[in-house]
Amino acid sequence: MAEQKVRRRLDLLGLLPFLAYVAVFLGVPTISVVVGAFQDDAGGWTLGNIGAAAGDPYLHAFVVSTEISALTAVIGAVVGLAIAFAVSASPPGGALRQVVSTASGVLAYFAGVPLAFAFIAAIGSQGLVTKWLGSAGLDISGFSLFGFAGITLVYLYFQIPLMVLVIFPALEGLRPQWQEAASNLGASRWQYWRLVGGPLLLPPFLGALMLLFANAFAAYATAAALTNGIIPLVPIQIAAVMSGNVAVGQENLGNALGLGMILIVGLALAGYAWMQRRTSRWLR
Amino acid sequence: MNRSRTLAAGLLAVVALATTACGSSSGASSASDDKAATAKSAADLGGMDALIAAAKKEGTLNVITLPRTWAGYGDLMDNFTKKYGIKINDANPDGSSQDEINAVKQLKGQDRAPDVLDLGSSFALSAASANLLAPYQVSTWKDIPDSQKDAQGRWFNDYGGYISIGYDAKQITTPPTSFADLAKPDYKGKVALNGDPTKAGAAFAGVFAASLAKGGNADNIQPGIDFFGELKKSGNFIPVGATQATIQSGQTPITIDWDYLQVSAADTLKGKVDWKVVVPTDGLYANYYNQAVSATAPHPAAARLWEEYLYSAEGQNGFLKGWARPVELAAMQGAGTVDKTLLDALPKVSGNSPFPTEAQLDAAKKVIAANWAKTVG
Repeated sequence: MAEQKVRRRLDLLGLLPFLAYVAVFLGVPTISVVVGAFQDDAGGWTLGNIGAAAGDPYLHAFVVSTEISALTAVIGAVVGLAIAFAVSASPPGGALRQVVSTASGVLAYFAGVPLAFAFIAAIGSQGLVTKWLGSAGLDISGFSLFGFAGITLVYLYFQIPLMVLVIFPALEGLRPQWQEAASNLGASRWQYWRLVGGPLLLPPFLGALMLLFANAFAAYATAAALTNGIIPLVPIQIAAVMSGNVAVGQENLGNALGLGMILIVGLALAGYAWMQRRTSRWLR
Repeated sequence: MNRSRTLAAGLLAVVALATTACGSSSGASSASDDKAATAKSAADLGGMDALIAAAKKEGTLNVITLPRTWAGYGDLMDNFTKKYGIKINDANPDGSSQDEINAVKQLKGQDRAPDVLDLGSSFALSAASANLLAPYQVSTWKDIPDSQKDAQGRWFNDYGGYISIGYDAKQITTPPTSFADLAKPDYKGKVALNGDPTKAGAAFAGVFAASLAKGGNADNIQPGIDFFGELKKSGNFIPVGATQATIQSGQTPITIDWDYLQVSAADTLKGKVDWKVVVPTDGLYANYYNQAVSATAPHPAAARLWEEYLYSAEGQNGFLKGWARPVELAAMQGAGTVDKTLLDALPKVSGNSPFPTEAQLDAAKKVIAANWAKTVG
């Protein structure tokens, strides 16, 4: 008995490196952002930064960031679900399954400046595909990669694979026996999905939606490389006040904007975690 | 056996993290360092020879955010090291003025804190009022015009240039010479700035220059924002941050940027891109950067020697070699120490640029932050 207790304590000690890591790279920065958000330049306490972050033009940035994150999360979730669904119907261990899961694993993390430049090189104004289509008589130069539509397209490039990765286990968890049981009891395919499959899939789907939303909301480098400030996303505004050559002495406004992001992304991730817990009840 | 090993590894990792988190702070300050840290001129240390000796003893100089292709800094750093045998660490070469201020604050007391800074004017003023800068007057102090230096010597202009229009002469057959020209339908999908004007100083200046061309003045930057809004609507403006790479790949056939960066790009890309540079006739806007010595420089003597070097005829001509206009240019022309060939290679300028005050600049920045994305997005 006593030995077991000691063993458990020692196991906890093994967790120390991870906890230290979290404290140094997540805890300390978060605390400094939160504290900074309520301080003025001289170090006194103030609500001025929060007020500025909640007013024009920064409020607008939160709205645009939310719009683009929600849009890419919804499209990504729907398309990703469809792909995952098609793949889960294919034979287990088959080539399609392997290709899609490997590709999703890689592409979900292909983001940032390299992704932006891949798109610019492909369908930018001087892009390979643009030129190639142009010489074939198809002019796509009217499509602007550098606007709202462009960011949406590029974000989907990593949102869809992420959705496939996240939702696939849930689809796999739907046992064929359940459908067989339902049809034995006289249920149609539609009834099965409406009464059994759908309700089971809803929590993981909503959870994945939250995760995708948080993923897009926190993305910075891709949008920064693509739009150069003409789409006012929150991370871009933070960069402008924290590490720019133009705004002076606004570090704490940056902290206040960061606090806003922490709250929004934190809420989305809490929603994801909650939905995951509900899913894990039947997914084993 | 196994468990105790995990434990040891865990503790080791914690210790390692703790030490990296604290950083290496060293208090290797000697008597001569203390003297250098408060020296307001070379004479305070007993003349140039004493300053050189003290700097050599330190052996290292920490600079920050100096790109090698910017205003001749690559050669300047190499030549300084060659001349005095002092090693230069250039931290974060592509960073910004705000990054420099952050580094001074956050690395205070550490060996790797910056010794000297190259700052945009508003950052120099704000750093001076926050007591982050040490007053120092170089030997050629009198050659810097009074309006371009802090009376106490906490900051002083070093080099500057004009907002210019660069274009690829192969793609652009009828070259633009003014901001008004940039609105022509020929230039659809071709006009770029050097970045986001709420973040990049050169892009901010580009908008300011456009405003001057479009009826704005030092108090009013809005016409410049509106101008780019129209360019965006007509499809002429592309929000690609121009760099030498985008110029080379043909993505930004017309680029608005500092003339010294454009001429430098033309030189680097010679044989690949026929890059030409003109200073627009309708919106003349010049701006200077500033040198400053960090008040908490870990190598105070080397920091001061670097300033002496930059403000010697060799250093000032070094800026000119990077196609930037050195602040002591007028005095050098008088004394005949300026390199004429280098001077003649600069784009021609006629007229005068306004130098907005800090209050005017601050107001303009607020207007840009509030309206840029709204108007141009």
